[in-house]
Amino acid sequence: MQSEREEREREIGGKSFGWVARMSTSISTSSAGKERKAFGWAARDADGVLSPFSFHVRANGEEDITLKILYCGICHTDLHIIKNDWGNASYPVVPGHEITGIVTEVGQNVQKFKIGDKAGVGYMVGSCNDCGNCKEGYENYCPKVIQTSNGVQQDGKATYGGFADILVVNEAFAVNLPENMPLDKTGPLLCAGVTVYTPLRRFGLNEPGKHLGVVGLGGLGHLAVKFGKAFGLKVTVISTSSSKKKEAIERLGADSFLVSSDNDQMKAAMGSLDGIIDTVSAHHAITPLILLLKTYGKLVLVGGPNKPLELMAYSVIQGGKIVAGSLIGGIRDTQEMVNFAAEHNVAADVEVVPMDYANAAFERLAKGDVRYRFVIDVANTLT
Amino acid sequence: MAEIENRKKVSPEEEHPRKAVGLAAKDSSGVLSPFNFSRRNNGDNDVTIKILYCGICHTDLHVIRNEWKNAIYPVVPGHEIVGVVTEIGSNVQKFKVGDKAGVGCLVGSCHSCGGCENDLENYCSKMILTYNSIDIDGTITYGGYSDLIVVREHFVVKFPESLAMDKGAPLLCAGITVYNPMKTFSLDEPGKHLGVVGLGGLGHVAVKFGKAFGMKVTVISTSLNKKDEAIKTLGADAFIVSSDPQQMQAAMGTMDGIINTVSAKHDIVSLIFLLKIQGKMIMVGVPDRPLELPTFPLIMGGRILAGSSIGGLKQTQEMIDFAGKHNITADIELIKADYVNEALNRLAKGDVRYRFVIDVGNTLTPA
Repeated sequence: MQSEREEREREIGGKSFGWVARMSTSISTSSAGKERKAFGWAARDADGVLSPFSFHVRANGEEDITLKILYCGICHTDLHIIKNDWGNASYPVVPGHEITGIVTEVGQNVQKFKIGDKAGVGYMVGSCNDCGNCKEGYENYCPKVIQTSNGVQQDGKATYGGFADILVVNEAFAVNLPENMPLDKTGPLLCAGVTVYTPLRRFGLNEPGKHLGVVGLGGLGHLAVKFGKAFGLKVTVISTSSSKKKEAIERLGADSFLVSSDNDQMKAAMGSLDGIIDTVSAHHAITPLILLLKTYGKLVLVGGPNKPLELMAYSVIQGGKIVAGSLIGGIRDTQEMVNFAAEHNVAADVEVVPMDYANAAFERLAKGDVRYRFVIDVANTLT
Repeated sequence: MAEIENRKKVSPEEEHPRKAVGLAAKDSSGVLSPFNFSRRNNGDNDVTIKILYCGICHTDLHVIRNEWKNAIYPVVPGHEIVGVVTEIGSNVQKFKVGDKAGVGCLVGSCHSCGGCENDLENYCSKMILTYNSIDIDGTITYGGYSDLIVVREHFVVKFPESLAMDKGAPLLCAGITVYNPMKTFSLDEPGKHLGVVGLGGLGHVAVKFGKAFGMKVTVISTSLNKKDEAIKTLGADAFIVSSDPQQMQAAMGTMDGIINTVSAKHDIVSLIFLLKIQGKMIMVGVPDRPLELPTFPLIMGGRILAGSSIGGLKQTQEMIDFAGKHNITADIELIKADYVNEALNRLAKGDVRYRFVIDVGNTLTPA
């Protein structure tokens, strides 16, 4: 229906304006004009190899902003999607949901942005706006959430992500980026950042003096350390090998480092942590992590192991402990996180790469060979 | 362990000044037999209770059979104790002789750790359990399958006048074990939807508290034959058979919280999916084999899995006062002391609606 209308718009050409204008007043978020050309890189199949791809984005609606994309971070989820690891890829997939850029157009009802503003878009570009989750600001948990990349819009069309030159998005799903934020290092905050920030807030792991454990030192983990320090927490990085100890402490500012395969170290640290952010997406043992927690301590899973993990019930029952999951954050959380990061100078450690390096970057990411996020310099290198 | 070695040199009858009788397991067969022992004199801060009733908790079974490898024989179990105060120490404020009193799972704690300072003696690393634990004087604690007990006042709760003592005894452990997480995780608000997994000693009390809180309560069980009583006797609003995929699917995403009382290894994946977004499942049963924890429903829905162990003394008093106000008691089978071994065997098979309580006052006789 919608697509038919847009077909007619193109056919009618110059006469379309008056007809479409009447239509658009009755559909508040509809596009008031033609689709626009866009250009990006997409994966065509489960080999996950990216190559140049032309497509269309909707015209800027009344509540939309158009973003000229400057940078886009590469998240491990992008890798899972383009390789169809979760069986949900709808090719061609233009990945990318850690997007920063400049606003080039604003719809007539837009309140939060003006042309020239810096803006960011994360994992979501829409939600139902009607369910309990949306009303409470948990759009991330809306059953009808629309993902920025590999998602499906209300009109049935695919969404294309940030490995592209432009993005048209409802202003409600974009965040203001304070002027002083470096756009290359800010992109990863929009997914990795909010993913660790939100549970730190939700579970009270943001009070000075508390002791936080961070498992895994990658895109998520390194930001958990930085936010933890910015909150005034004592931070211990927990890792399977001591190889990352120096950088955890000297580069990221962690207070201490625990090798999870060292029984003596783990035993000595039992009952010492108020909370743990566990970013590891491989299958791993969580009972020993739970034993590190104090009474009422919380283990928050943000990495997504594919297979169930083993849990010994006594480890949560003794001490009334909690194992929780957390998925990104709502828009309010995201804006709050960005503002906090700007104030406390929290930015990701990035390796900025040109678009034609994307495939090599994904291969290195699969091996964990990055300190700690690749970011594509879209505006300067997308051709 | 030196204290235990030393203790063996003094017989239980001579350890303390006052004679006591009870039922003890002498070895890992877990068979109980009459046992003469002794209790300390009533100290300044102590309360002496003539025990009238003691509930049988599944933990008693685990301990006497040494299933957790921590039994110190002879074990006198029992931590769901109700009786009458017969003596009070000079510093005792809360009780007078003749008062009804209850004792649960704890008889001591350090009083100085973060747990104790926050009324969470149940999470004190130095807590002293009512039985099978080492007391301050180095002796082993003996529990409520006995005629009297001497307890520090802090660890005794006032038992409501309005509640039946025999039916109220299980609240001292089963009751607080489910009440605590329901309060801690806000599963006590009218209109919210509570799931209760397992309909035994813990589960049936959770249903009663849930209804008293004004919640919608759904029982989740493996046995269809419990449906009638869940709904007609206990007042649950709905009943789901956990092995029925259609029923489980229809209930997905409908519950604010679940109290999981099951102590056998079981599938928790399908249970977690019953929770709404940001819903919570609290484990109070203790399977001793690993459970499989799925991460996707936790992450994709921001859900929580937590554990909870009994409760502090302040909350135990609050719980029993609440029960008194709303007339909530356990459904029990009152037994004589000489039936205890048979009762334990039946408990091992889940054959009880829903708690055995020993009529100590009337049927416990010396060895």
